[in-house]
Parts: sequence; structure tokens; C-alpha cells
Amino acid sequence: MGRYFRRKLLIYGITFFIAVTINFAIPRLMPGDPVARMLSRNAVSNPESSEALRSYFDNLFGLDVPMWQQYLNYWGALFQGDLGVSIFAFPSSVSSVVLDALPYTLALLLPSILLSWFVGNGLGAMAARNKLLDNTVLPIGYLFTAVPYMWLAILLAWTGGIILGWFPVAGGYSFALLPAPTWTFFVDLVQHWFLPFLSLFVVALGGWAIGMRNLVIYELESDYTNYMQALGAPQRLVRRYAFRNAMLPQISGLALQLGVVVGGALVTEAVFAYPGLGSLMLNAIQNQDFFLLQGILLFIVIGVLLFNFLADVVYVLVDPRTRLGLEGGQS
Amino acid sequence: MTTSVTPDADVIGKRSEHLYFALRNPKVVIGLTIVIGLLLLGVIGPFFLNNDPNEYIGPKSEGPSGDFWLGTTYFGQDVFSQFVHGLRSSYLVGGLGAVIAFAIGLSVGFTAGYRGGIVDELLNMLTNVVLVLPALAVLIVISSYLEVRGVVSQGIIIGLFSWPWVARAVRAQSFTLRNRDYVDLAKLTGKRAPQIIIKEIMPNMASYLLMSVILLFGGAILFAAMLDFIGLGPTNAVSLGTMMQQSMAWSALHLGLWWWFVPPGVAITAIVGSLYITNVGLDEVFNPKLREM
Amino acid sequence: MALQVEDLRVHYRTMRGDVRALDGVSFGLEDGEIMGLAGESGCGKTTLGKSLIRLDGRMRHVGGTAVLDGEELPINDDKAMNARRFNDVSIIPQYSMSAMNPTRKIGKLTADLLRAKGKSYREVKPELVRRLELVGLSEKVLDNYPIELSGGMKQRMVMVLSTLLDPSLLIADEVTSALDVSNQKAVAETLVRFRDLGFVKSMIVVTHDLSLVYQIADTIMIMYAGQVVEKAPADTIIKSPSHPYTQALIGALPEVGLEYGDKRLKSIPGKPPQLLNPPTGCRFRARCPLAHDRCAEEPPAVQIADDHVASCWKVES
Repeated sequence: MGRYFRRKLLIYGITFFIAVTINFAIPRLMPGDPVARMLSRNAVSNPESSEALRSYFDNLFGLDVPMWQQYLNYWGALFQGDLGVSIFAFPSSVSSVVLDALPYTLALLLPSILLSWFVGNGLGAMAARNKLLDNTVLPIGYLFTAVPYMWLAILLAWTGGIILGWFPVAGGYSFALLPAPTWTFFVDLVQHWFLPFLSLFVVALGGWAIGMRNLVIYELESDYTNYMQALGAPQRLVRRYAFRNAMLPQISGLALQLGVVVGGALVTEAVFAYPGLGSLMLNAIQNQDFFLLQGILLFIVIGVLLFNFLADVVYVLVDPRTRLGLEGGQS
Repeated sequence: MTTSVTPDADVIGKRSEHLYFALRNPKVVIGLTIVIGLLLLGVIGPFFLNNDPNEYIGPKSEGPSGDFWLGTTYFGQDVFSQFVHGLRSSYLVGGLGAVIAFAIGLSVGFTAGYRGGIVDELLNMLTNVVLVLPALAVLIVISSYLEVRGVVSQGIIIGLFSWPWVARAVRAQSFTLRNRDYVDLAKLTGKRAPQIIIKEIMPNMASYLLMSVILLFGGAILFAAMLDFIGLGPTNAVSLGTMMQQSMAWSALHLGLWWWFVPPGVAITAIVGSLYITNVGLDEVFNPKLREM
Repeated sequence: MALQVEDLRVHYRTMRGDVRALDGVSFGLEDGEIMGLAGESGCGKTTLGKSLIRLDGRMRHVGGTAVLDGEELPINDDKAMNARRFNDVSIIPQYSMSAMNPTRKIGKLTADLLRAKGKSYREVKPELVRRLELVGLSEKVLDNYPIELSGGMKQRMVMVLSTLLDPSLLIADEVTSALDVSNQKAVAETLVRFRDLGFVKSMIVVTHDLSLVYQIADTIMIMYAGQVVEKAPADTIIKSPSHPYTQALIGALPEVGLEYGDKRLKSIPGKPPQLLNPPTGCRFRARCPLAHDRCAEEPPAVQIADDHVASCWKVES
């Protein structure tokens, strides 16, 4: 068990290190010197921020110091939580801009991930025992997983927002309202949240259902199922065992799937102009705000790693095989 | 199961048997028909549409008609022409991304699985690292730094970040395969590692590898569409993703120009969905157990 | 008579048609009898074992009956059969190593299985612990997960679990094939001990290892291509077999005491016939050194002695 966690932590540590290094390296290795491009572009459009930027570069990066020095400085700044200054939201720091947007993204991601996981697993398990249901769940599931996130988002916005007019199609809350802890504001918030949430939920649903179905069927063909049936165990018990065991790979699947879902959330937010990290990223790209862009990436990586670790902990709690550490380095 | 029914078939016989069942599997047939049909449309279509897909040729914001099968955009561009060109880009990105990811995944997986030891440790570590990286976010950041983006460069960077699960699966498979008798025999007769991998191990994984390529292909198409939609699509070409991006950017939603954003999504869903369905069908073809059910 | 099987026919459904895995199998099993069931791979011995407890998805009961303790086994009715499983008929599967749910503690698994049969785990537990000790397992294994046990321990655990409700008939399906030689012997002896202690009334030991089964079985039944060719006391089968196939099978063995599997049997020239469209008449005739014209007809089951039957034209009663 200790070995299992050490291994996992090592992988996450290396991943973080590599992500930071990529973050550092991209602007410097890319052709056309994007940093200079960003500076010159900004000098025209926004002279005051350009001044601040230049001093930021001078202080932290010292573009004329050797690369390794820049790299160390970069890490140093990172540990102080300093991700630079946002250009598009000047003079806010990247960290504060990202932290403002983060709750919206989490509010979309967490419920949609968890709910789709539970509902999808339930559907899949039911499909595994019912031929009729199987013949509908399976094709629909494949259809859902094949739909590009943003397209489903567009369709939902079009049908639920424009044609039916049930939901607003842009923003995190109405422009007329100011964020306040009132009932009206909360309802408004939920209305804006619903369609992007639904979109993420539906796309992820199919994958879980199909996965669960296949896993349950696999478990129902396994030796221990056969043995139980030979000893006359009732279907209920057999299925309960199969379901429990099939859940285990789905937990690690949850962690593996996260990167994809986060990507889906980014584009879904872009469709609904939902004020989370996705829209922020879009703004950063359009404004060539590379500090912000990289800050967002870093936050996403950290989030994904934390969530992965959480999934590992849960996995160890529910699967005796890893808990006993007898299976070794199966990661 | 002690009752063996099928007489031992040699490899050739097995291949034609697979082909026989594949061509009779409705999932494979339907899936492939859609995929190939759209591919042909994307490959051949542009030759019959001599206009540039971005050219302003028609009335603005017109619904589908005899002249413009899928209507026109806000600017009067022919949506059908864009659609056909977009299909071409999607297939190109998908193919390129799949081939690159497959090549990397295969080499990493085989090397790790075959060599074992410290090489395996390191490669496995690398695989796991790339696996947990949120690929789309990384791709977005990388793409945003590229001043000139093309379909080819997009395919390459997608390929570079979508290989890990192939490597993982291939590694696991070659672990079990390398201990088989015929591999030992090949080693004893003095064959070199790459030779053994290509001649002895790979044929035994052929079905599995084919299915991975299909999944990679679909995955790369989805990735590309998402990048395009964020506005990081090819700067010099039309793709299905950029169509959606353009339609959103020019409020097709509010103007009700559904013919602008529905077709590209339908196409991507159809291609990727058909690839998945084909894969399920192929699984049935390669696993006689599933076939008999 | 504990078990009486009459003309049992079980087919496998495949794309190419029905494979006649069991094609008219009849035999009897006395109370307290341990019967070895042997033959080449694909002869139907595993199918026979399975059909007496649970047909798998592709198996189809086509005809014939099995009567256990005077009551017919509802082979074809999975639900009705459930009441008899574990209580009256039980199995020690080929795959003992993976027979127990890997994510459930063994004690809890046992409790679940007992509850399904309306038995109380608490009431059965003293007996369970006694039997565990009998096979050299401590009570603590009940708090373990299967992966915490060694292969031999798992095997013994499954043996105890399968026989916990004192079934009338136990099917031991290739129980020794996954074990090393010393464990094989121990397992075989345990089976005999279970019979002697009355944990099971009678037993069918499916195996391809004639020498092992010779040590524990009272009788041996030889199958070929889905049919019974000969059944007799173990000594008779090994020392003076009547059927040409049994003779060839025994002749292919070196002296008793070593392990030899299917490989050795290949010294009988030719292959068993396909069971998709089995040949008429005697199925062994293509490989039989004694074959003659008559063998094109279905051979009779000749009663050589009270406890000795062989299906061959050449055998005299």
C-alpha cells in the first residue's frame, strides 16, 4: 500500500514538474518569439500595462540572463504563487483572475462528472442484465460519446435557449443582477448553470454506461460468478458481486477520464460564455495573454493531479487487492 | 472448455475467416460504410466544387436550397462547400494524429514490454505522466503559441499527446506474449529484438492494434474539432471545427442559421460514432466467443 | 443407487450447428462410490460434469435424465436446479484459484452463499471451522481475502466450501491439473477423506490423469467422442481393460506414479472425430486397430460383469 502511494505520488510529482517545464519552455522555444510579440502588440494597445510587464520581465525573468537562471526564477515565482500579471484583465494578477473563474468551472465539473458517473454506471449495470435495454443503451451511449462537447452544447443552447426560450444561453448570471446572496440571484445562477451542466453530463454519460455494461458482463463471465452460480446463488447476489467488482475499474477510469472532461468543460464554457476557466482561456487566447493562459494550464494540471490522487485514495479504500499491496505496482 | 470444435486453422485461413465474418457483421458494414462514404465525399467532393470554400458567392444567411445545398453563411459563403472541405481536414487530422500516436504508443509499449527492467520502469513512468496530463489544455496552450497553424501541425501535436493508453495496452500485451514458446524459439534461433517483435509478437496482436488505430482516429478528430472551436484551428483551411467556431462567433444561434452549425457536428458525430460501432463489430469478429452469442 | 443417468444428450450451440458433446450417456453411481471420469480433451467429460450441476450459456439439454437419490435433477430448468445445487449436488471447479470473489472476505462470501440457501452462517460456523482445521486451515482464513491465500490454501478452502452442506453428489472437475505433484496427492487424499467422513456421498472425479484417479477412485469411466466406452472398477480398467480405446489409452501410459497428461495420449494415431456431424456406428473405428465392417453399426453396451460395461462389438459378455 505504501509502495502504491509512493509510486502514484512520484508520477504526480513528475507530471507536475513536466507541466511546469513545458509551461516554461513553450514561450521560449516557439518560433517567432511570442514573448516579444506579446510585448510589442501590447505596447500599442495598452501602454500602461506594457510598462508593468516589461518591469515584470526584467525583475523575474531577466530575459538577458541565461536560460537556466530564468528557469530557476520561474520556479521561485511559482512557489510564491506568482504567476504573473494578466494583460487582458490588467492590473489583476493571473492568480486572482483564475481564482475568480475557478468556482464556476468547478460548479460545472464536479456535479456533471459525479452525476454522470453514478447515472451512467447504473444504466450500464441495468443494460448488462436486460437485452432490450442493452439494445437502446448501447447505441445511444456510443452516440453520446461520439458527440463533440461543443456541438451538443450548441444544440442545447439552440433548442433549450433560443427555440424554447427556457434557459439563458450566455453568461454565469444575468447582467441586470449583481452577485448577492439572494434567492433571486441563486435561481438566476442555477438557470445559467443548467444547460452547460446538462451538456457535460450527457456527453460523459454514454462512456460510463458502456464501460459499466462491458465490465459487468465481463464479471458475469468470470470464474467466481460461475462458481457462485454452480453453488446455486440467486441472481441477485451474483449481480451484486459483479456490480461491486465492476465499479472498481470505473473509479480509476474516473481519474483517467478527467483530463478529457476538463477539456470538454473548456469548450462547453466557450459556447455558453460561462465565466469559468474555459471562457477565461478563450479570452486569454484572443488577447494573446500568455501569462494568463499558462496560469490556467497550471491550475488545471494541479486540479487534475489532486483529483487523481483522491481517486487513488478511494480506490485503495474499496479494493482490497491494492490495499493489501499484493498486486504491487499495477498503476 | 474441453470441447474443441474448430480444427486448427493456419494464419492465412484465419485472416480470411475474419474478413468473412467482418463483411457479414452489420456493425462493421454499417460503420465502415458511413466512414468511407464521408471520406469519399471529403476527398472527391472538392474537385466538383471549384470555388474556394471561403469565397463570398451567394446571398447572405440563406437557408438550404437547390443552389446551396446546405445554405449560406452570414457572409454568403457556401456551407456545403465548407462542409466538404472540412471533412477533408478532419480526416487528415484524424489520420495523421492516429498514425503518430499509434507509432509512438507502439514503440514505447513494445520496448517497455519486451525489454522489461529499468527501460520498462522509465517508459512506464513517462506513459503514466502523459496519461494524467490534461491533453486538451496542453494542446490549447501549445497551439496558441503557433502563429501559423495548419492541419498537419495540428495532427502532429495531437498525435504527440494521445499515445499513452496505446502504449499501456501494448506493453501489457507484449508482457504476456513475450513468454510464449514461439517467442522463445525465435530468440533461440538468434533473431534480433525488432525482428521478433515485428514477426512474432505483432501478428498476434494485429486485431487489437487495428482496433486501437480506429479509436485513436476518432479521438484525434474530436480533439481537432475542440481545438478548432476554441479558435486554434488551421489558419489556412476550413475545418468542421472552425465552421462551428465561425457560426458561434457570428451569432448563428441567435439568427437561427442552424444549417451553419448543425452539419459539421452531425458529420463529426457520424464519423466518430461509426468508428466506435465498427470497433464493437470488429471485437465480435475477432472474439469468436462474442460472435456465437 | 445414488445417481442414475440415462441417455443424457447435451449439445453446444455454435454458428455451424449443434456440437454433440454428450450423445447418449448412461451410467450409474453407487452410494459412496468415487468414480473417475477420464478421456481425451473434448471427449465430453467436463460437459458431463457440468451438465449434472449447471449448463453454461451455450449448452442445451437435448434429452435424457439424471436421477439423484430417487429424485430427478431438473437439468434443463436453471431455477428449479438452483434448489438442488450446493444442497444435493456440488462442484469443485477446475479454477479453484479464481473461484472466490477477490474483493470479498472468505467468511463473508461463505455467509452470503449460506444465506442464499436459507442456512445461518452462525450455526454452520463451528462445523466449518472444524472442517477447515481438518484440511489444515485456521479459522483466520475466514477474515482473509482470497489473494491472501496461497494456491494450495485456496484449493482446500474451495473444497471445504463446496462440501459444506454435505451434498449427495460432488463433481471434482480437473481439480488437480493446476497443482504441483505433492499438492495433487494431498488433494486427492482429501477427496477420499471427505467421502469417508460422509461430507459427500458419492463423487465424480473428472480428470485426464488416469494414474492419479487410479489411486483414489473405486470405479473409472472412460469416455470417447461424447459417449461412454467403458465403465468398470478402477483395477479392471487399469489392468484388464476390454474396450480397444481404453486399451490404447492405458497402453499410452508409462508405469503408474508419474504425471502425464494429454500429450502422451497422442500416441494413439489419428484424432477424435468432430462432434458436429459425428460418424455413425462406433466412433473410435477410424483409429481402432480391431475395426471391422460391423463397427459401422452402433455398438451395443455389453455387460461383461456386474460392474463392468463396454460398448464394442468385439467385447464378449
